Amino acid sequence: MAAVQDGPMELDAEKETKPEILSDGTSNLSGNTASGTLSSSPLTAAPAGGAPKMEDQQTLIAVLQFLKRNKLSESVEILRREAGLGEHQEDSQATDGSGGGKGDGDGGDANSLLSRVFITSAAAPQSMLVKKDQPDVSVVLSAYSQQGDPPLYQVYYSGLKNFIESVLDCHRAELSQLFYPLFVHMYLELVYNNHETKAKAFFDKFSGDQECYYQDDLRILCGLTKKEHLKGNEVLLDFRTSRFVLRISRDSYQLLKRHLQERHNNQIWNIIQEHLYIDIFDGMPRSKSQIDSMSGSLAGEARREVNKAKVFYGLLKEPEIEVPLDDEDDEAENEEGKPKKKKTKKDSLGSKSKKQDPNAPQQNRIPLPELKDSDKLDKIMYMKESTKRIRLGPENLPSICFYTFLNAFQGLTAVDFTDDSSLLAGGFADSTVRVWSVTPKKLRKVKSTAELNVIDKESDDVLERIMDEKTASESKILHGHSGPVYGVSFSPDRNYLLSSSEDGTVRLWSLQTFTCLVGYKGHNYPVWDTQFSPFGYYFVSGGHDRVARLWATDHYQPLRIFAGHLADVTCTQFHPNSNYVATGSTDRTVRLWDVLNGNCVRILTGHKGPIHSLAFSPNGKFLASGSTDGRVLLWDIGHGLMIGELKGHTDTIYALKFSRDGEILASGSMDNTVRLWDSMKAFDEVETDDFTATTGHIHLPDNSQELLLGMYHSKSTPVTHLHFTRRNLLLAAGAYNSQ
Amino acid sequence: MAEERRQKLCSVILPTESMKAIAESVGVGSLQEESCLALSEEVSYRIKEIAQDALKFMHHGKRRKLTTGDIDHALKLKNVEPLYGFQSQEFIPFRFASGGGRELHFYEEKEVDLSDIINTPLPRVPLDVSLKAHWLSIDGVQPAIPENPPPVPKEQQKTDSTEPLKAVKPGQEEEGSIQTKGQGASSAEVKGKEKMRMKPRSTHELSVEQQLYYKEITEACVGSCEAKRAEALQSIATDPGLYQMLPRFSTFISEGVRVNVVQNNLALLIYLMRMVKALMDNPTLYLEKYLHELIPAVVTCIVSKQLCLRPDVDNHWALRDFAARLMAQSCKTFSTTTNNIQSRITKTFTKALLDDKTQWTTRYGCIAGLAELGHDVIKTLIIPRLSVEGARIKAVMDGPVVSNIDKIGADHVQSLLLKHCACVVAKTRPLPDMVDQYKADYGYLGTMLCSHVVKARAQAAFQAQTVNRTTLTITQPRPTLSMSQSGLSASSGSRTPNIIKVPSSLTLMSTRPGTPTQPSPPATKYIVMATSAGAASTQQVRVLNEFVSLYLSRLPRHLYHFRACLTSDRR
Repeated sequence: MAAVQDGPMELDAEKETKPEILSDGTSNLSGNTASGTLSSSPLTAAPAGGAPKMEDQQTLIAVLQFLKRNKLSESVEILRREAGLGEHQEDSQATDGSGGGKGDGDGGDANSLLSRVFITSAAAPQSMLVKKDQPDVSVVLSAYSQQGDPPLYQVYYSGLKNFIESVLDCHRAELSQLFYPLFVHMYLELVYNNHETKAKAFFDKFSGDQECYYQDDLRILCGLTKKEHLKGNEVLLDFRTSRFVLRISRDSYQLLKRHLQERHNNQIWNIIQEHLYIDIFDGMPRSKSQIDSMSGSLAGEARREVNKAKVFYGLLKEPEIEVPLDDEDDEAENEEGKPKKKKTKKDSLGSKSKKQDPNAPQQNRIPLPELKDSDKLDKIMYMKESTKRIRLGPENLPSICFYTFLNAFQGLTAVDFTDDSSLLAGGFADSTVRVWSVTPKKLRKVKSTAELNVIDKESDDVLERIMDEKTASESKILHGHSGPVYGVSFSPDRNYLLSSSEDGTVRLWSLQTFTCLVGYKGHNYPVWDTQFSPFGYYFVSGGHDRVARLWATDHYQPLRIFAGHLADVTCTQFHPNSNYVATGSTDRTVRLWDVLNGNCVRILTGHKGPIHSLAFSPNGKFLASGSTDGRVLLWDIGHGLMIGELKGHTDTIYALKFSRDGEILASGSMDNTVRLWDSMKAFDEVETDDFTATTGHIHLPDNSQELLLGMYHSKSTPVTHLHFTRRNLLLAAGAYNSQ
Repeated sequence: MAEERRQKLCSVILPTESMKAIAESVGVGSLQEESCLALSEEVSYRIKEIAQDALKFMHHGKRRKLTTGDIDHALKLKNVEPLYGFQSQEFIPFRFASGGGRELHFYEEKEVDLSDIINTPLPRVPLDVSLKAHWLSIDGVQPAIPENPPPVPKEQQKTDSTEPLKAVKPGQEEEGSIQTKGQGASSAEVKGKEKMRMKPRSTHELSVEQQLYYKEITEACVGSCEAKRAEALQSIATDPGLYQMLPRFSTFISEGVRVNVVQNNLALLIYLMRMVKALMDNPTLYLEKYLHELIPAVVTCIVSKQLCLRPDVDNHWALRDFAARLMAQSCKTFSTTTNNIQSRITKTFTKALLDDKTQWTTRYGCIAGLAELGHDVIKTLIIPRLSVEGARIKAVMDGPVVSNIDKIGADHVQSLLLKHCACVVAKTRPLPDMVDQYKADYGYLGTMLCSHVVKARAQAAFQAQTVNRTTLTITQPRPTLSMSQSGLSASSGSRTPNIIKVPSSLTLMSTRPGTPTQPSPPATKYIVMATSAGAASTQQVRVLNEFVSLYLSRLPRHLYHFRACLTSDRR
């Protein structure tokens, strides 16, 4: 993966992290099994019993060899001890690559080995990555060495093309899915076997037939003309290691199989067997539009069984807040003469806390930080504000206040608002983070320690006294990063700010002292996004190294590593119940990860471009994602289904947000517009009968125009961030672009 | 799908000659052709790879332009030392050269003198980032404030009026950027549906605020307070949200002219023409749709027999001049092959001019109207008429005194003809300027024309020397613009309550953030006054004349005339 270039450095990082992760290695297990199978050659995926074990041993040996080569003798010792491998065995394995009898001899306890092996490998995720480099690449590529007759490739392909074009309409759409993966594999095979000119001719002849949403990949592909290029190219390596998933009905599949067997078209059949995963379903073949809506990702659609895991998408119970505090505040309210308000508030409070959502996770599924007094006060404020909230709807659109950054020559790259909309943070390409107060209350630092010593700690207004009036200003600059800041996120209690940057670190800043508290290292490559959990304490980050990491603010190493994306993780978002994390990636998929065990529980395909924004609906049931293709897709998390497509934007969507009640979805884009969509209608209109739920075949209504409630142009200001205040006023932010 | 796009996908590699050249530049002499080829393939591949990575940084930097910084970051990803010393400029001046059948783009590197860099004063510190808030929408409606774009962009107004069939609701035309194959059939259906749904969109109801605004503005425009009027006109000329009120304004003007021409109310006609001017100046309005009302009103103000109660005293000539200029401007902007405004207007004027019975006032208007249309029109339509008109003027001047009014009229026509024809003649007629020849060619007016031409030639020569110098000293004639901007925000702020005000929209617009917007020097106006009053000494007048001609050629042309006509009114 990304670690390919500088193995030793990565390895050091890995050594550091090892003990920490070991403590909860079990939870990491499945997240890494994913990457484990991913990395091992496609042969592993064969369901036969013996083969995978042998393969795992080979993998292990490969790891050992690598460690040896890099003179990490201690790790070698540990690994060998744990895996129960003898030195001789490893050597013999290394000498005869086929694995032979010795591996089988150990086969008896291989099963028990397997579990241990995985824990080890989970504990050393980096080494897994590294291992991918030398031994594995050759394994993967060697799949291509059995070559057919190069000039016949064009004949094979066009033969298949003719066949597919001649079949019945209902099958043609399904079988057409084969074109792209076959094209890529055949081209790469040609390249691998050094038939450069033939590969070029093949590309020129058939690249035009591919769906236009593969243009970006084809562009990368067309640059590849040499065998040597294959080694370094991560995108293509992924294409090799992960099997392209196609969903085809049984009838269509059999049609294809018969055709290939009749023609003895072994070349194509081999590719299908080795590099594609065909997910066969019983029932009606899908229509062209159904297929188009789901395809587009780097590695095809998600396998059906991947999205079968149960997701607890319900919300957590609201914590009960002591009555006296509440009453006190109510009295203040009563002075204004609103006795009714008290009742309604009590109701809303009560109803929320008593009813247990069947879809909600257990309250303590993920250990959450305890509420502090200040948090409780904030909750009360929130309750109060929410009673004044405006009910939005198609007839009642929100007002939008636009915060324009002027003179941002250094490039505004990220924006975040606090939940109570009092603070605004901007990340800039010149490595600074700036915090503004958008209320009249100015930003103040805490006094220096010397001054703090003389303060009377018993006084009532001690919190006020510790602040240094001299430092009051409307904005503060935070210096520390050494590269553009791509993500900022406020903690829910407004005490901390996170920023992620090109320099590979995530930094935690205190908003009391306006200094950097921690630099979380681990990504090593640009970190594209970071996000605080809605309950604070945890946060997630995702970057160019293709993994998302879950951190806790008081640990300098990640608690979980979510690996599986085939390209950069571009955006991250916490589920409102904090039990799940959604990530969007350049591989054009959205994945949902379980925080508890690091599993990938949903893979959502359908976007045709890198995903740059994600938003959960406030009830936790739905997810919206926006990408560079200018479309917003809506997903039902429970069923793992796409339930809506909002077309209209003409450029990348960088901001998505649901209103506080979930009635309205606001989207902001590079095309200088904010658009409001009727999300209620979009969710209601979906027909989710049992059939569609089980097969995942949806008919998307093409009703973007009806769902579009409003479109607001700004003057040459791309929309970078959107935020609904607690009273449902929409805040937008972006930098004015004077061109 | 577009075939060209497919074409682009074919892998392009660097020419092997480049490899050779680069190899030589680092001291590797003879490179074999094969190794050149291998090198260029490798290099091309690596460059593409880096460019693709750099694109990621561009996307995350939320930009549309790839910068050199992105490339640096991409290099860093590959553990390659970035290329230092390159800065992202807004515009990288790649130059293009071709020759010998080859095309070449290159970046011209200039030698920089270090002492120059050291000695130049530091550039102004750029302004710090600041935050401004405004309402993008209030309860779902976008307020028409300067911070927001005009509700209906000018381009769309234009297409609406010129190509009504193409008019589509905003947002509907953008059918998402992806169109997968096979959607062709369905998208045709969708289009059909859209057409079915299309309704005449412009609602002709004005909101309460708009009604109030309309009332205030029209009252101020024709009221007695000059300061208020200036403010109102300023607002008309700059406010972005007037599109919906345009029909009302247009009717107001056309009706106003109709009534006031009958009543010979010169002042009101002037005010109305100034409104037309302001509407035309508004960058967000496209008047095409309303020309059927505006052109007759303007033409009336040019050619009407009588525009004021006392034709012998009042300066209605200035109004005619001004209206003629407006006419010429609208011809320039709106004349197309389909509406033929310019030729129709020219015909109208010429017809009146050829008519013997035409009054002096109308004659003056026709000539003014034609003259404003440009030198070609003067050359082809007015100069051939010079002798005829000259004879007519002579008849009035030398003949028995019929009425004072005719005499004034003839006098004005004469000076108008001389003014406009002189510069054209000066340009077209070869030297030398002989009075006798002029007399033969142009009749009665020949003598005077000759002297005017001589003067025009002299002035042209003089200006050619001095203009460069003067323009250097007046490098900032812009402030008049900035005043209008700030005036705008002030007026709009007062009009639209509940709006978080951005003090000056200029900060948004200015390309040089460091320059504070200077208040306009009102002095320009006084200079004009001084010259027109003729109070200054000749020395001053000559210098001032330069200024005046410079300024008049730029912006506040009408001010001159209105000052003049106002002063004459007061007299």
